[in-house]
Amino acid sequence: MDKDDYVIEMLHIRKEFPGIVANDDITLQLKRGEIHALLGENGAGKSTLMSVLFGLYTPEKGIIKKNGKEVRIKNPNDATALGIGMVHQHFMLVDIFTVLDNIILGAEPNKFGFLTKEAARKRVIQLSEKYNLKVDPDAKIEDITVGMQQRVEILKMLYRDNEVLIFDEPTAVLTPQEIDELMKIMKELAAEGKSILFITHKLNEIKEVADRCSILRKGKYIGTVDVENTTKEELSSLMVGHSVSLKVDKKEAQPADTVLQIKDLCVKSKLHNKDCVHNVSFDVKAGEIVCIAGIDGNGQTELIGGLTGLENISGGQILLDGEDITRKSIRYKNTHGISHVPEDRHKHGLVLDYSLEDNMVLQRYYEPKFSRFGLLKRDTIRSYSDRLTKQFDVRSGEGARTVVRSMSGGNQQKAIIAREMDRDHKLLIAVQPTRGLDVGAIEYIHKAIVNERDQGSAILLVSLELDEVMNLSDRILVMYEGEIVGEVDPKKTTLQELGLYMSGAKKDTGKEA
Amino acid sequence: MEKKPSFFRRPGVQTVLASIICAILGILVGFLILLAMNPSHAVEGMTAILRNFLKYDQSSTTLMYYFGSTLVKAVPLILCSEAILFAYKAGLFNIGVAGQYTVGIMASLYTSIALGWSWWLCILAAIAAGALWGFISGFFKAVFNVNEVIAGIMMNWIGLYLTNIVLGSKKVMDQSTSKTYNILSKNPDALLPSFLANVFGHNQYMTIALPVTVIVAIILLVVLNKTTFGYELRATGHNKEAARYAGMNATRNVILTLVISGGIAGFAASMFYLTGIEQYTLASSVPGMGFNGIAVAFLGGLHPIGAIVAGLFIEYLTMGGQYLDTNYFNPQVADLMVAIIIYLCGFVLFFKHLMNKGKAKALTNVNAETEENTTTDEKDKEV
Repeated sequence: MDKDDYVIEMLHIRKEFPGIVANDDITLQLKRGEIHALLGENGAGKSTLMSVLFGLYTPEKGIIKKNGKEVRIKNPNDATALGIGMVHQHFMLVDIFTVLDNIILGAEPNKFGFLTKEAARKRVIQLSEKYNLKVDPDAKIEDITVGMQQRVEILKMLYRDNEVLIFDEPTAVLTPQEIDELMKIMKELAAEGKSILFITHKLNEIKEVADRCSILRKGKYIGTVDVENTTKEELSSLMVGHSVSLKVDKKEAQPADTVLQIKDLCVKSKLHNKDCVHNVSFDVKAGEIVCIAGIDGNGQTELIGGLTGLENISGGQILLDGEDITRKSIRYKNTHGISHVPEDRHKHGLVLDYSLEDNMVLQRYYEPKFSRFGLLKRDTIRSYSDRLTKQFDVRSGEGARTVVRSMSGGNQQKAIIAREMDRDHKLLIAVQPTRGLDVGAIEYIHKAIVNERDQGSAILLVSLELDEVMNLSDRILVMYEGEIVGEVDPKKTTLQELGLYMSGAKKDTGKEA
Repeated sequence: MEKKPSFFRRPGVQTVLASIICAILGILVGFLILLAMNPSHAVEGMTAILRNFLKYDQSSTTLMYYFGSTLVKAVPLILCSEAILFAYKAGLFNIGVAGQYTVGIMASLYTSIALGWSWWLCILAAIAAGALWGFISGFFKAVFNVNEVIAGIMMNWIGLYLTNIVLGSKKVMDQSTSKTYNILSKNPDALLPSFLANVFGHNQYMTIALPVTVIVAIILLVVLNKTTFGYELRATGHNKEAARYAGMNATRNVILTLVISGGIAGFAASMFYLTGIEQYTLASSVPGMGFNGIAVAFLGGLHPIGAIVAGLFIEYLTMGGQYLDTNYFNPQVADLMVAIIIYLCGFVLFFKHLMNKGKAKALTNVNAETEENTTTDEKDKEV
């Protein structure tokens, strides 16, 4: 291919933030019709580079060329005009709008200023059927799951006929089946002549779909390789600078006393007038990791909501160490042995405009350790936060005083993990604890969870990542349409069997005593 | 790893700068209006407004007297803005401050004139009245999820008419002048103890209201930033869901915040009317104090101490209108200027944004120097 075949060229891009150089002389050249992966750890500068391309940030240095001609992209409108579309890692959707309204937003079809949505609706339904991106066009964004929200984002780009498509870690929230479908879509799109930039840190996916791969590390450009001629191990060491093992080392579980008992738990759905968790019963023992597997949107979020008190329970019983905590307050649960790494770190896990140290004591600020006579003990909070950030390797620009909003997703998550693991607990609930994190961070968090287990904590893990489910758990419960449809032993099962349970094709009818 | 942001990047400094820009722009636009009205006397008019009571530089007693009056009148404005910013920090927009202030007037004047209570009891009554009004809004917000702005506006009107009824009675209002009786003539015990009146040219309205206002601001500063209660309120204000996740009691906090905010508004009324400087007349709309307090709160950067400075500035300009030569100008020009500044307050955030944009480039060098010391993992800014 000759030089003219580059549809997008980003040459010598430099972008700085206070205290940090996010992109340092980065060059990225995207050929027409290729799937180009952008690989790098959390904080390597991938999202920043893409934001520059999408017009969200103005680079200090460097130029961008479209079809060989230099262009200036000052805002997302410029990017859209150039046919560049992006699915963001954190979705850009209007919560109270419907799916359809979000898709047409910014390109509203109208006649004399009046909205004409019928044609748009047909097109959206057609697109969603064609690419198997199932969404209800009339559901409100705030009512649908994270997985569905992403489908909306993808539809948004498809609806706009964008020529250059940026996917910012699109598979982080998808189920294995959905990922396969997405890969298919991406290949089809590339075959149609669209050019795709695919940000990820999942090597399997790169091997599967990408033609070429550019690697960033710590804000610097490492190189571009042909995926076909490069092994996963080589990619991995290019990304992190050293090889990492992807398997979790753990000993045989030593389950002891039952810590959590859930009996016939029901949680009402917010969407419709029926339960989205039906009569769910299970136990978690000290010293074991029980994982709830399932496709996104099958009641896992609501189950955990009901368990932790974030959602109202419509029936059933929750026992913690034999004590009935069904109707207890969230604070009571927090202080009586439940730690909770929430699914949505921005919505629940953090006060983004608070400093790191203030977030570290989010549930504990009032304890005698951190306050006296209603006054916060600032020094103790500072040193506590410093200890945790050091212990869990949470990195931030300005230490304990860093506003959490300015931290990278991986470090935000590490901060939550640090806080929840350090609190006294008998039960640790971790919902998608490694979502959107890089290999190094995932490995770290997995080790920490296994370590927690070996210390005698009961661990309830909810994950959509099958690798994580298989590697980490001692027992797997599969949830489908609000029910536990099967319990399997990760050592005796296969991915195929799990897939059958998750898709509702297989069901254990006889309940265990 | 830790480093201090440079002077101009500190949020506090930026807020102050943005507020100053707003104030200067407001004055400039005011000057343009003076020019339009009467070009030949515009400079003179502007000078009169800005020079204000300082024109009495012949006699320091007179000068201090008028300075004192400005201070006295700034007190309720500052306290109302404290009430607003306190609720705002908890994520609540207490537009009901106007009504809470009004029932504060009702309580302080009724208890002082009709019931003959002494001053500190009158203050307590005013606080209780304002707090009750805040409680009602807060209760509806917390229990029935009624928007506090809607509830606040309703309560404003209820408060206004109730106040008109109570203060319009023969016991409190002189029916011949349609003004409430002078407290001095009816119940001198209800007047606030004077404070530094001699320093301020024997201004009898100089009372403890002044130092108390500063103390209230400091207390709020401490409560918001140093206490567990303030920690909860701000967490709720920033992210209600995270506050719930952390086990904070949202219902209690919403009610408590509006009770305290309302209490401060009621207190503001007592700190003004119990000086005896003004009498209440039957009004057909809620006093503007509560609404102007919103602007002062924003001009002051939503900071309890900033509100004091902003309140004094706004009151200074308002008073400046009286010094305009009425042959050439309508004294309401000063009000117009205040209105423009208030309008520009909405732009405080915009100016802060502009400053950040400009400074980012200037700071390139600074960052290059510190680059080696900084951890490298933190480069990815979330979009």
